[in-house]
Amino acid sequence: MRFVCLVYLNEATLDALPADEMRKLDEDSLAYDETLQKSGHMIVAHALRSTSEALYLRSRGGKVVTMDGPHAETKEQLMGFILIEARDLDDAIAVASKVPCAAYGTIELRAVAYIEGETPAS
Amino acid sequence: MTDLAWIETTLVGARPQAMGALLRYFRDLDRAEEAFQEACLRAMKNWPLKGPPRDPAAWLIFVGRNAALDHVRRDSRNTELPPEDRISNLDDVEADMAERLDDAHYRDDILRLMFVCCHPDLPATQQVALALRIVSGLTVREIASAFLVGEKAMEQRITRAKRRVAEANVPFAAPDAAERAERLGAVAAMLYLVFNEGYSATSGDSVVRASLCDEAIRLARLLLRLFPAEPEIMGLLALMILQHARSAARADADGNPVLLEDQDRTLWNRHLIDEGLVLVEKALRHRQPGPYQLQAAIAALHARAATPEETDWIEIDLLYQMLERLQPSPVITLNRSVAVSKTRGPEAALELIAPLAERLSGYFYFHGVRGALLSELGRAAEAREAFDRAIALARTPAEAAHIRQHLDRLSADSRAS
Repeated sequence: MRFVCLVYLNEATLDALPADEMRKLDEDSLAYDETLQKSGHMIVAHALRSTSEALYLRSRGGKVVTMDGPHAETKEQLMGFILIEARDLDDAIAVASKVPCAAYGTIELRAVAYIEGETPAS
Repeated sequence: MTDLAWIETTLVGARPQAMGALLRYFRDLDRAEEAFQEACLRAMKNWPLKGPPRDPAAWLIFVGRNAALDHVRRDSRNTELPPEDRISNLDDVEADMAERLDDAHYRDDILRLMFVCCHPDLPATQQVALALRIVSGLTVREIASAFLVGEKAMEQRITRAKRRVAEANVPFAAPDAAERAERLGAVAAMLYLVFNEGYSATSGDSVVRASLCDEAIRLARLLLRLFPAEPEIMGLLALMILQHARSAARADADGNPVLLEDQDRTLWNRHLIDEGLVLVEKALRHRQPGPYQLQAAIAALHARAATPEETDWIEIDLLYQMLERLQPSPVITLNRSVAVSKTRGPEAALELIAPLAERLSGYFYFHGVRGALLSELGRAAEAREAFDRAIALARTPAEAAHIRQHLDRLSADSRAS
């Protein structure tokens, strides 16, 4: 089964992280990516840059409207994602629980849905 | 990562929001600070046991407010509110309450907290000192070392600044659109002052100073998250990020400044540059150019050039012309002269800055630029004179050393010819 681990972090807290701790979090995250690669869980993972670069886009009747993001939000922001292949929810929880950012924020686990006619991967 | 380090980071991150709300309740900086300190102490005690709350800022606001009200309550023997150790991350009753108190206001709370530091009567350095104390929570000792003054003197300065702020009676009602725009402008200018204190490093502990740049960027990011559709705040953040991206290349091993065209561009921070470029583009899509956006756009053109020769000086000249129209200033014209010297030659650049001589006679960079243009034209004697004036006006040994290099080059050239 495919799951996506959506990594939510409070960006204000992330900004306040001392440089050496930030570096350690980055290194740990990269190392964990590699672990997941070896265990066969990993499909793709990316961190996302600051939400200050975020842009919202809507298309209505052929008209594209963009809006600057993020919406003013006090809590946590989507800062990265890991798409994994897991045996079941338990396996996915086991993977998500060791994501280094879980110690700082919240991981939202979502199962991939397949639209009718779409061939499920693996 | 130790638990305590994590708590400290959370407290720093939540500080502007919590302090902003507490200032709104108490309408007094000292009482707000005391309440926040008390809340932090209780967080240090409670969080290691219970884990950080879901919304640390709301927790701090609630607990800080209660702690301050406790004193009043103890005197009047009223029933106590639930103690903070019963506020868990899952029990949302109190957290919801704090959120209700806070959610509608928090943008304006943070803006107000920053704005009270920008009182127009306060000199620039005091605005910066006050912001570092109130918004960032740096200790007086840290701020004093950044400004190379004694702790006592800095303490007095901050106390005086706070008194000024109290006398100014900043309104606590939610600001209307015009007021909000005015506050944003003042706060943006103050954040750029904080950044420049770190960036220019004219005096003081260099490590502390460099961290001022990070702090200014952190607060600008916060401000932009609160006001995501303000192109000038995007421009400000982009400008600071793009300038900061060059910091590793700005000084040589001996600490002497290295001019933009002599910098090792591989030392520039690509991550920061990429972020700055996206922000500039995003800002310019609004088609409401402002001074920060234009300066950021100029910084972006430098950042895009892999070598000095690839710099788009024609575009930079145009951007400076727009900047001159928005914000006429001899310093901007002086900066434009560098672009003009690249596109139309040093003669034209000299002509451009000639009318500035009187107003900028006490400005180090004016004589430095003039000297460089004159030496490019082979007018060595006049160049030497300009460089001598620059050295006399240098504020740091590094600035003087840089001009001396120019002079050495002149002497070497005259020997060669």
